[in-house]
Amino acid sequence: MSDTHTIDGDHEEPSRRDFIYIATGVTAAIGAGALAWPMVMQMTAASDTLAAGSIEIDVSKLEEGQQIKVLWRGKPIFVRYRTPKEIAEADSVDIATLRDPQTDNERLVPDFAGALNPKILVMIGVCTHFGCIPIGEAGDFDGWYCPCHGSHYDTSGRIRKGPAPKNLVIPEYAYISDTVIKVG
Amino acid sequence: MSGHSTYEPKYAAEKWIDKRLPIIRMGVDFMHFPSPRNLNYWYAFGGILALCLMSQILTGIILAMHYTPTAEEAFNSVQRIRRDVPFGWLLQSMHAVGASMFFLAVYIHMFRGLFYGSYKAPRELLWIIGCAIYLAMMATGFLGYTLPWGQMSFWGATVITGFFGAIPFVGESLQQWLLGGYSVGDPTLQRFFSLHYLLPFVIAALVGLHVWAVHHVGQNNPIGIDVKNKEDTLSFHPFYTMKDGFAIGVFLMIFALFVFYLPDALGHADNYQRANPMVTPPHIVPEWYFLPYYAILRAVPDKLMGIMLMFGAIVVLFVLPWLDTSKVRSMRFRPTTRRFFYIFLFMCFVLGWCGANSPDDIAIPMGEGGMTFKWLSRIGTLYYFAFFLFLLPVLGWVEKTKPLPDSITKAINDGEA
Amino acid sequence: MSIKLMKSLCVGALLAVSGLGVASVASASEDGGHKMEHQKWGFNGMFGTYDADAMARGYQVYREVCASCHALEHLSFRHLGDKGGPFYNPEFPNPSDNPDVKAFAQDWSVPDIDQDNGDPIDRPGIPADKFPAIFPNAIAAAASNGGAVPPDLSLITKARTGGADYVYALLTGYHEAPHDVDMAEGTHYNTMFPGNQIKMAPPLFDGLVEYAARTVPGEHGGEAHTIAAPEATAEQMARDVVEFLTWAGDPKMEVRKKLGFATFLYLFIFSLLLFATYKQVWKGVKH
Repeated sequence: MSDTHTIDGDHEEPSRRDFIYIATGVTAAIGAGALAWPMVMQMTAASDTLAAGSIEIDVSKLEEGQQIKVLWRGKPIFVRYRTPKEIAEADSVDIATLRDPQTDNERLVPDFAGALNPKILVMIGVCTHFGCIPIGEAGDFDGWYCPCHGSHYDTSGRIRKGPAPKNLVIPEYAYISDTVIKVG
Repeated sequence: MSGHSTYEPKYAAEKWIDKRLPIIRMGVDFMHFPSPRNLNYWYAFGGILALCLMSQILTGIILAMHYTPTAEEAFNSVQRIRRDVPFGWLLQSMHAVGASMFFLAVYIHMFRGLFYGSYKAPRELLWIIGCAIYLAMMATGFLGYTLPWGQMSFWGATVITGFFGAIPFVGESLQQWLLGGYSVGDPTLQRFFSLHYLLPFVIAALVGLHVWAVHHVGQNNPIGIDVKNKEDTLSFHPFYTMKDGFAIGVFLMIFALFVFYLPDALGHADNYQRANPMVTPPHIVPEWYFLPYYAILRAVPDKLMGIMLMFGAIVVLFVLPWLDTSKVRSMRFRPTTRRFFYIFLFMCFVLGWCGANSPDDIAIPMGEGGMTFKWLSRIGTLYYFAFFLFLLPVLGWVEKTKPLPDSITKAINDGEA
Repeated sequence: MSIKLMKSLCVGALLAVSGLGVASVASASEDGGHKMEHQKWGFNGMFGTYDADAMARGYQVYREVCASCHALEHLSFRHLGDKGGPFYNPEFPNPSDNPDVKAFAQDWSVPDIDQDNGDPIDRPGIPADKFPAIFPNAIAAAASNGGAVPPDLSLITKARTGGADYVYALLTGYHEAPHDVDMAEGTHYNTMFPGNQIKMAPPLFDGLVEYAARTVPGEHGGEAHTIAAPEATAEQMARDVVEFLTWAGDPKMEVRKKLGFATFLYLFIFSLLLFATYKQVWKGVKH
């Protein structure tokens, strides 16, 4: 603004002049912010992406000791029909020793009749460390093992050993009949 | 970039940077570039064009995040952008309307240069770089118009690439090379998308040269005489940043009018129909900014001749600095040439009007029949070339120009600028 | 100075308008037909909005009449419940939860793949699904319709010069062919259609669709009330379906115009401030 001063001379009342300059500057900044908003927000998920978010899985065809993988929102969902031995192992753990303390029951949802069904375990099959897909029936705790950086999960999908910070995530799901679950 | 620098680094850090990379100096000198003090609003279009280019690149990069360049999905993905992507309707509209605004501004900028003789020594290269930018803009605009893959996109691309087929001997193989197939199709769309993404950065580089050139030789001005001393100039900032800023505000209102209230006014209804190689639209019309050239193309019955004339209409702009023989730059002091310039301006609109209509329809009813658009476009084409190739050279020799003021400051004081 | 400014602005505006005017001449000069009248539509103008009831009736007309031949490929069922859409319900900001939308989706069957054996199957739609294609491909569509492919309707008011007025005029433009016109096999005389011979049979007759009174939940917890439906004349149905299709082609129109108004207000103030700054900076500079 130094040029303004030299050419204008300083005979102008400064407060009025400053007010105009500041008001213009502030208005320009508001405009730039308002323009940036849509340019940033366009990268959030589009409404068709958000809408395509639920799937139904029929668990009646699963047999004891069997696991299926279903793709949901671009990630695999593990659905495992656990054996009595696996359920017992999951229940016997002292949760005080866990990195991410959670009882096995907290990782289940009520079935259509309203009771917890420990046989069917539903999880998002993505390692909470860096997002690899763990291998089933593997690792030191008979649950899942992530080959990327060696995280061991137990038969309830809880982190027991290795770098992962959290248990395998339970998605939002519910039984919509005796045998069908709806994820999302 | 030229002249001596006024920048004096104050702080130690500034001094440290200035010794190693004088980037702050460059910025400060840029902002304080001495500009003639008599520039009018027509000189704001340089700034407006810089804004248009930035806006197009920004919205274009965003659209490319959501767009799918395949014949199968292109049309759908544009609809998805307009319906499902957050603010997609706004950004898509800004980009499509922005192309028109860009051309509107560039035409005003060019006519301004023409009127004030901004192409004359020592600004020949400045003008030629500008013509190169215009050419690159036309290519970018054409490529971009293909991408939505509507009926006009497809058939426009078919017609334009057909030009190359008219070249003797190599035409057909050249056309096939260009399309990547026998006709406009998936390979064409994908390469057009790639090039449409590339060219704006070429334009940006050319704009860099253009700005460099204008800073080297200095801006021309409405009275077209050289800057004589410091008194004739004002610092670019804040004087012209604020004047251009106001002009940009007004320009943005026109822009917003189209984006928000008339988003389809500049487009064509047929482009809301998916490209269909089996059906040609009843009238293939290019975007409005190509209409005058389209009229020149159709003014002659011979295909190759028409194409050569059309390209000639652009080539003639490149050699303009050597066609105009007058020593006086500004048409303010060239009363005769000025009148012919106004006719030229009018003829450009007439050519645009012709380009928008069927050649055999009646343009000017006279008695039973009347003059068809074909004949009108012939008159327009004739005048277009006569203006550059005959009037400008000859008028430069024979015209009696008005006396030039001694200096810009004197002209201002006498109320002549 | 101010006279010069005014002059520059006027010339600039004139140039802009005439340059762009050429463009609109380009699109205005070719409707081919001759009976298009400008209708009064609520969605025209700077503050125009869609009429939700008319759109809802229009959807019914589309579903019961048009949908036997014409697809709506760019729309999903959930769009019907979007804000500004025909079945928007403020209780369900997520249109996929909207019971009306769910019911409409269920009403259509959409192609899918059986998750167990991979066979192609048809299942009832869900809000996230797109409106299904009516014909498997263009050849099949042409074969079932005497050689003419019924155009997709999701952009029909944008894809025709004249827009809503054109579609309305076409739907109500069926007349007895004049005696001197030779009608081709399988065509119908329509004053709006270019060439006047259209393959589509007159689709709308008085009373073809039964409009039901609509129950609207009271705003802000008020009493629910019913809105009596207008009589289902051919003209009324044409108006309603055009209202619906205009929304289908331009669902963001309302938000676009609102944002446009705010933008103009902003630009006006900003330009005034810039002008004041410019004047302030240039004060005392002769130019």
